[in-house]
Amino acid sequence: MRHLSIPRGRLALGALAVSLLAGCATRPQPLYYWGDYPNVVYSHFQNAKGQQEQIQALEAIREKARAKGQALPPGFQAHLAMLYGQSGQTDRLAQNLEAEKQQFPEGAPFMDFILKKFERKPAEARP
Amino acid sequence: MIRPRLLLRALLAVGVLMLAGCATQPGYDYSAFRESRPRSILVLPPLNDSPDVNATYSMYAQTTLPLAESGYYVLPVTLVDEAFRQNGLTAPADIQQVPLKKLREIFGADAALYIKVTHYGTKYMIISSETRVSAEGKLVDLRSGATLWEGRATASSAEGDNNSGGGALGLLLKAVITQIADTLSNRGHPIAGITADRLLSAGRPNGILYGPRSPKYQKDGSPAP
Repeated sequence: MRHLSIPRGRLALGALAVSLLAGCATRPQPLYYWGDYPNVVYSHFQNAKGQQEQIQALEAIREKARAKGQALPPGFQAHLAMLYGQSGQTDRLAQNLEAEKQQFPEGAPFMDFILKKFERKPAEARP
Repeated sequence: MIRPRLLLRALLAVGVLMLAGCATQPGYDYSAFRESRPRSILVLPPLNDSPDVNATYSMYAQTTLPLAESGYYVLPVTLVDEAFRQNGLTAPADIQQVPLKKLREIFGADAALYIKVTHYGTKYMIISSETRVSAEGKLVDLRSGATLWEGRATASSAEGDNNSGGGALGLLLKAVITQIADTLSNRGHPIAGITADRLLSAGRPNGILYGPRSPKYQKDGSPAP
């Protein structure tokens, strides 16, 4: 039974170590609702998911974020805008780029750059 | 049978390690970073020094979360990538050569982040296999050209394996199982996520500072509060 008699001091040290671990790991509330968004982005890069499939996944994430009252992450609505643009829905493209701009004014210059590009050649949009 | 003493020792060791991780090490000179106060970060497609062709986009897709949660606006990586593509730039090595002025003009970001994946993959050994991803990052101010921060990080699938018991047969079986798991799915991807998190989360020793959208903005980097 030798190994069962642990000195109290050691136990306390162990407890302290564990509580420090917990203290370290504690993070403040996340700033954004991410859902499966990072995986959608990865599947986009891998050409593993088509536009419609991505749009459906992202709209579902947007609904969940809205229900939870949490903010969408940077780039979310811009990526969605691009998907709409590529599938020929230019009104939704503009709408989502505007939403990204409104949420993140820091991104406005690039959003305007994209808007101009699509405005210049709306007819070229892929079906 | 669990031996409490061994468990206690392991816990102690982990605790001490975490303590060390928590403590702010002096060293990194943040004066340029503090002066620049970037609000938005343009992440460029990472260079890949590993033989795995997946490394660039596996890493790229996972850089937004830690930076955004640290308080920065991160330019949408899929649109950034597409913009380069439309201009005939597909290789990260070419993209990372684009002049800062041009980047600032098109993307309007305050800073650009240059990442290099130095290791991405699984090493197969007789007893065990290990999936490891290492990367380096450099944050550059797009207005002044100043380097604001540099850092590196590693994550490995073997990190939690050290204390697993079992004889040689158990170990051998485990190696076979992990090798199968490693080949079936892209096991580098989740490990790359941990690497990205370690490299790009604020509040880590010598890590990047919190950005304006974080409640901890301008409260970090100085001697522990």
